[in-house]
Amino acid sequence: MRLDGGMKYVLLICDDEVDAPTNEQLATDPAHTSWLAELHRRSDVRAMARLRPVLDATTVRVRDGETLVSDGPFAETKDFVGGVVLLECADLDEAIAIAAGHPYARRGSVEIRPVWE
Amino acid sequence: MSASRSEVRGAVEAAYRDEWGQVVATMIRLTGDWDLAEDCAQEAFAAALTAWPRDGVPRRPGAWLTITARNRATDRLRRDAAGAAKLRRLAAPAPDADGPAPEEIPDERLRLIFTCCHPALPFPARVALTLRTLAGLTTTEIARAFLTAETTMGQRLSRAKRKIQEAGIPYRVPPAELLPPRLAAVLAVLYLIFNEGYGEQDGRRALTAEAIRLARVLVALMPAEPEPRGLLALMLLHESRRNTRVRDGVLVTLERQDRARWDRALIDEGVRVLDEALALRRAGPYQVQAAIASCHATAHDAAATDWAQIAGLYATLARIAPSPVVELNRAVAVAMTDGIPAGLALVDAVAASGGLDGYHLLPATRADLLRRQGRPGEARTSYEQALALAPSSAERRYLAERLRELAPDG
Repeated sequence: MRLDGGMKYVLLICDDEVDAPTNEQLATDPAHTSWLAELHRRSDVRAMARLRPVLDATTVRVRDGETLVSDGPFAETKDFVGGVVLLECADLDEAIAIAAGHPYARRGSVEIRPVWE
Repeated sequence: MSASRSEVRGAVEAAYRDEWGQVVATMIRLTGDWDLAEDCAQEAFAAALTAWPRDGVPRRPGAWLTITARNRATDRLRRDAAGAAKLRRLAAPAPDADGPAPEEIPDERLRLIFTCCHPALPFPARVALTLRTLAGLTTTEIARAFLTAETTMGQRLSRAKRKIQEAGIPYRVPPAELLPPRLAAVLAVLYLIFNEGYGEQDGRRALTAEAIRLARVLVALMPAEPEPRGLLALMLLHESRRNTRVRDGVLVTLERQDRARWDRALIDEGVRVLDEALALRRAGPYQVQAAIASCHATAHDAAATDWAQIAGLYATLARIAPSPVVELNRAVAVAMTDGIPAGLALVDAVAASGGLDGYHLLPATRADLLRRQGRPGEARTSYEQALALAPSSAERRYLAERLRELAPDG
């Protein structure tokens, strides 16, 4: 089904990661599969990805021209998600280089999260 | 030809020390699997203990161990249906352990160390991973050295290995444009390992030896880089004074150490390595710190210390790697050259910045300068502050002694 002239949205799906289900568990969970069916019935899904846990996150900041790489998610609670890019590249160093080039790396931070496939 | 059991055991131990990191590094490159690499390396060393007494010690133990580890990996991957892709990576022909050393076998340890010290890994995990995969310390040994529960350390290591895999941290030596910050991260890990071992607890002393060994490997693998040499020189010069730093459980300051007991061989080597670094003509923070350490190490007695040069070196260090700790050390050197009031003014500026709040050496340095200037009342107050903050018993005993020596406050 096509939506002409509709709005585009990003859903940010969050939890505390205490007992995260595996992808296999999600695939057989009726609550999840029925939501997916509903999602596709009601909307045109442009991109969808499950993210690996925050332990695998890397945060990139650029300050005074220097690229600062740190482990984990961004700690500054005053920063809010302002954009999302789904990309495929060679490795984490390449992703860091791309992230460091974004203007927001200089004023905020770019958090890199591997996609859980 | 069979060798005696103790000879073989010695040969295996030597090989473990010299070859572990290289075997693991090669296996990681061949399989892309860090756990498999470690397990197969472990099995290869176990196999050496039975094979070498029977067949003799191979001419190139490292090659023998790598081939054996590789065969173990092949066996395991054959049993594992999911191992087919990794198996193909392993399929390249194996070198002959008794033949001549092929020229083209690169040292894989450099990739390993840069990957272990990648900035996307938590700092404590970089340290643990370097000690485990490169130096061959067991999880138990690392946990003991860092006063951490073994399960915590095991978890730290497995999480780090998982992140390398899942976040796509590349297994390589970084390209030139990334090298300066990444090399600095590697050096920071090695220096932390050294400093952890430089404390007073005997159980952790092995860490300084490991750090020096790893720094030697890094120097050999990156001969054109001056900072690994700077760090090695710094470690050797510190290590030369180790046995004079504490007497009867009391800290002995540089000024009062028994210089006859400093290790001459380590000082000579440290100075030589520093000269090699300086000849490359690219200054860096470790070279400057090593230069400061060599000023102390080569002074015949405390009075002969070239404080003007040390003050100049600290000024350089403050410019290229500014930190409040550097500023505090510079204050001491300035006090020795330009007089105590000039030094005290710098100490007060550091205190006012707030960057060293809660750090015992701030009041301790202030106290020493005040004592030298003949201001016992103020010195007493600062010593008492330092005493309340000092983390080790040797330092607390030292500070308590200084307090006792102070003339009663008139």
